[in-house]
Amino acid sequence: MNNPFPTIGAHAPLQRDLAATPPVVRLRHVRRSFDGVVALDDISLSVQPGEILGIIGRSGAGKSTLIRTINGLERIDAGQVEFDGQDITGLHETALQPVRRRIGMIFQHFNLLSAKTVAENIGLPLKIAGEARAARNARVAELLELTGLRDKANAYPSQLSGGQKQRVGIARALAAKPLLLLSDEATSALDPETTHSILELLREINRRLGLTIVLITHEMEVIRAIADRVVVLDHGRIVEEGSVFDVFATPRSETTKSLLRSLRPSLPAHIAEHLDVAGGAEIVLRIDVSGDAARRPLLAEAATELGLLPRLLHGGIDHVGDQPIGTLFVAVPAPGPGDRARILRHFNDKVSGLEVLGYVTDPV
Amino acid sequence: MSPILFNLLLRSIGETVIMTLASGLISLLIGLPLGIILIATDRGGLFQNRPVNLALGGLVNAFRSVPFIILLVALIPLTRLIVGTSIGTMAAIVPLSIAAIPYYARMAAVSLREVDRGLIEAARSIGASRWTIIREVIVPESLPGLTAGFTVTLVTLIGASAMAGAVGAGGLGDLAIRYGYQRFETGVMVAVVAVLIVLVCGMQWVGDHITRRVDHR
Ligand SMILES: Nc1ncnc2c1ncn2[C@@H]1O[C@H](COP(=O)(O)OP(=O)(O)OP(=O)(O)O)[C@@H](O)[C@H]1O
Ligand SMILES: [Mg+2]
Repeated sequence: MNNPFPTIGAHAPLQRDLAATPPVVRLRHVRRSFDGVVALDDISLSVQPGEILGIIGRSGAGKSTLIRTINGLERIDAGQVEFDGQDITGLHETALQPVRRRIGMIFQHFNLLSAKTVAENIGLPLKIAGEARAARNARVAELLELTGLRDKANAYPSQLSGGQKQRVGIARALAAKPLLLLSDEATSALDPETTHSILELLREINRRLGLTIVLITHEMEVIRAIADRVVVLDHGRIVEEGSVFDVFATPRSETTKSLLRSLRPSLPAHIAEHLDVAGGAEIVLRIDVSGDAARRPLLAEAATELGLLPRLLHGGIDHVGDQPIGTLFVAVPAPGPGDRARILRHFNDKVSGLEVLGYVTDPV
Repeated sequence: MSPILFNLLLRSIGETVIMTLASGLISLLIGLPLGIILIATDRGGLFQNRPVNLALGGLVNAFRSVPFIILLVALIPLTRLIVGTSIGTMAAIVPLSIAAIPYYARMAAVSLREVDRGLIEAARSIGASRWTIIREVIVPESLPGLTAGFTVTLVTLIGASAMAGAVGAGGLGDLAIRYGYQRFETGVMVAVVAVLIVLVCGMQWVGDHITRRVDHR
């Protein structure tokens, strides 16, 4: 992992030299198409032990197909899939079964067996693996504890809330002590609060068990909250890849920029409507900051150095892992003729993005 | 109704119940596996196999399209082969089962096919074999449908067993025709119809009850 910023997902016991450890998953030039529709187009990537890798992309970009190739639920047309050093590319269904027992998977719609109780659902992977009942029960009890479902052991899935169902899904995925957890939109059917608690649980599992996680989501918030690294897919290709901080702070591809739009603040409409392109008493700027720039007293510096008092209209500083990143909408008085140039010069040196949005005459 | 007739009625009820339950059980034991094979060999199934699917589907349809009364007569040689005679309660079980097996196989297949693909996918993701998926996922998940379908099969069998009575199978149908119809014993006719209604309602009630018990969806 070449992430210089120790984010929340990467925890102390795993901060050994990750470059030296072999990857949990390695895809090489993977291709897959469905009746002429290319779903995966020359995908190469590796997943390092203990990391949380996020996969984002628009609907139909190939995210689910990609994650499903990792545990062999989806066959590939060309390329190679390696799991824990083993080439699993050509394996047929029966040979894949022991591999899949070492890879947990959770789903958007939970996919719990309605005819089995919570405990039976969680114990199923162990039953399939042929574990004795006593050992199974002990492990199920551990997992019920871990996922906070102790009092639901004998309930049926239909008696649970969405968040509880996903906890059962997670417990089931962890039952056989997998090396890797795959998550396909696991929080997409949940409300924000429940999403938060599920993410907390995943992060805790990642930290405590050192479990490697690959997760798909269309919610950028999810990536920001728990992922270490992110891969952006578009039309079956990887268009961007890097640490979450780098990608979020300086997105390069158009796809990434548009996906991140939901996360980046924009000027509220009632202010934007009052902007004047020609000129006015105050100049309105959009300032993007990340890393060190975001740690500085940016507005105070402007006030002292320029002698002009900037007003914060909208926006603020957010965090990716422990790194600050943000967008500020600022109005700066520009009374004199040279002021505009002076203001721009001042900010240009310190921030990663600067845009003049217009002017306002009457403060709004 | 005379005590003799009353005893006859009791015996007939017993015969009808035996015919229905025995052929019902046989249709369950053979029809359910057939239903499983039907969906497993279908396109996208766990053991996809077109030839087997088409052959079995055709066979099931062929048997289902033969009217029961014709099956009853056509199967007399087979019945004689299996039971030793073609007359009586035991003999009627053969054609009843053969009619009910494809009937239940189809109904079972409908329920089995309805199992959410996501569940099968989840089972695959935890390393389940195809047989395990059938045993742990497909059958348990469609249990409510399988039970409801079995109830319908039993109720249909009660009616069919009455028809089998016409060829000497005994049971309530036999009683109704010989006494109620041919000897104008209206009391017997009424009693038989009343008993049939109670039997059907009772079976349906028990079936519904079990279906609800196994349904955790
Ligand atoms: N089983 C399939 N049969 C045919 N086409 C498929 C199949 N699975 C996926 N595809 C196609 O492959 C492409 C990628 O699909 P995929 O499900 O991987 O997208 P996704 O990124 O997960 O989208 P979403 O965000 O909507 O879940 C799409 O064009 C889809 O229509
Ligand atoms: Mg998807």
